[in-house]
Amino acid sequence: MMLEKKIEVRDLRLSYGPKEVIHGISFEIYRNEILGVIGPAQSAKTSLLRCINRTIEFTANARMSGTIKVDGEDVNKVKNVYELRRKIGMVAPLPVGLPLSIYENVAFAPRTAGMGNKAELDALVEKCLRQSALWDEVKDRLDSLGTKLSGGQQQRLTIARALSHQPEILCLDEFSIAIDPVTTMRIEDVLKELRSHMTIILVTNLVQQARRLARRTMFLWNGEIIELDDNEVIFSDKAKDKRTYEYVNGIFG
Amino acid sequence: MSTVAINPSLRFTETAAVRRRNRTQLAVKIVFFLMAVLMLIPLVTILAYLFYKASGILSWEFLTTNPRRGMREGGIWSALLGTIYLVVASLCAAGPVGVLAAVYMNEYAKDNWFKRVVNLAVINLAGVPSIVMALFGLGAFVLFAGIGKSILAASLTLAVMTLPVIITTTRESLAAVPMAFREACWNVGATRWQTIRRVVLPNSVSGIMTGFIFEVLRAAGETAPIMFTGAVFYKAIEEGDLFAYGLFDQCMALAMHLFTISTQVPGVKPEVQYGTAAVLLVTCMCINAAAIVLRVYMRSRKKW
Repeated sequence: MMLEKKIEVRDLRLSYGPKEVIHGISFEIYRNEILGVIGPAQSAKTSLLRCINRTIEFTANARMSGTIKVDGEDVNKVKNVYELRRKIGMVAPLPVGLPLSIYENVAFAPRTAGMGNKAELDALVEKCLRQSALWDEVKDRLDSLGTKLSGGQQQRLTIARALSHQPEILCLDEFSIAIDPVTTMRIEDVLKELRSHMTIILVTNLVQQARRLARRTMFLWNGEIIELDDNEVIFSDKAKDKRTYEYVNGIFG
Repeated sequence: MSTVAINPSLRFTETAAVRRRNRTQLAVKIVFFLMAVLMLIPLVTILAYLFYKASGILSWEFLTTNPRRGMREGGIWSALLGTIYLVVASLCAAGPVGVLAAVYMNEYAKDNWFKRVVNLAVINLAGVPSIVMALFGLGAFVLFAGIGKSILAASLTLAVMTLPVIITTTRESLAAVPMAFREACWNVGATRWQTIRRVVLPNSVSGIMTGFIFEVLRAAGETAPIMFTGAVFYKAIEEGDLFAYGLFDQCMALAMHLFTISTQVPGVKPEVQYGTAAVLLVTCMCINAAAIVLRVYMRSRKKW
């Protein structure tokens, strides 16, 4: 495997007001791998993702230091932050259907990026909805409101939207908490396909999901990396840190 | 089937304590109900009395003829049209400024000293007595800006006075759009403005419209701010001509006309007074009803 660095994080610190939540972590993510991120609540998993696409700056009291490089470029020094964000697809834990039609939900990002060609948009919308395993359920009612879909469908719509700007990196933040197991498996199959040309960060509470999909997994706890290694190490008794072993095997805490 | 024996100690018995509690319940309920009824009484009485007294004069002619014989007889045309002019002009001035300011405050401003100062200004502006506002209007628009006493000066004064209403309602309706929508837009690389235009504003239009309606309501009922800045005691205009006033003309206004004929002019026919009051009240109630209809309609097509 070619180990080209896609994302490089160096000594990242993040604080909300006086409270530091990420305490200087460093790691890298290679091109076209799935990196699993596991860890209990409050371990700053979501904050980490928001640092990478810089939406953290919408939180008034957040302060970040250290560097994050995407494709060798410091995210805090990029000229066009909107281009950076389009390079990264982001799926939040709770489904968010925008109050627009299903079609417009998916076409939103390409439109804001300036794509106006109807045929192109149609093709893209269909492709994204198929990838997120939603197409068959909504193809006859693309004009109805995205917010009126069921929770699971909205989550797949969110995934479709994250794919709609054809990102190179996909950040999934506990994408499966609102979806039934069957659909989850279908999306996991999709992720396995995407792996060939996309770098994926998979934040998950389901330890087994990380084990199934990721090549390497990071155990994050209280804003520190306890362990980051290949799955064969993390999910076995070869794990270097006792806490990793305990967490993975459900005897943590 | 087996029968279950009921423990006799659990069986319901009406003790003195229970009876007392029930009595209190009933008494409290009755008191609350009476208070609710009490709220209705003034409105119903005012309406009934006004219409009873004004019934002889209310007609299309009353609305469309100028006051006659030193305002002791005739209609209210010039006052009615004047009020419409003032209200529309003040909305045109306060609407855009208020909405844009509210969008800035809610969507762009960081929580810093500037935002707090503007907030404080809005709150205090809402608390300024209307007579003080009138003096401000006289000083700022009529004299300093040199507009002179006119519809323009009066409606600008009204606009300043009603700005807080629009800013507050607009901000509330913007804040009612869930944060998650904005984050979803930012995540796919939309700018703040694209987010506001495509998602935030379309979903807060109903709230903004309600704010406009309340502004109109407030502006229509005020007397003091227009008294020094553009409203006149008496003015006859072309009857039935909707464009009888110009922006730099002075005008009559309903609320002030009512004040004049009830306190300043001796010998006004009572039904003229009651008729004017009834028209003012019904106008305001219609505007209010429009706000309610709008809100019900918008709620019926709520998108999430």
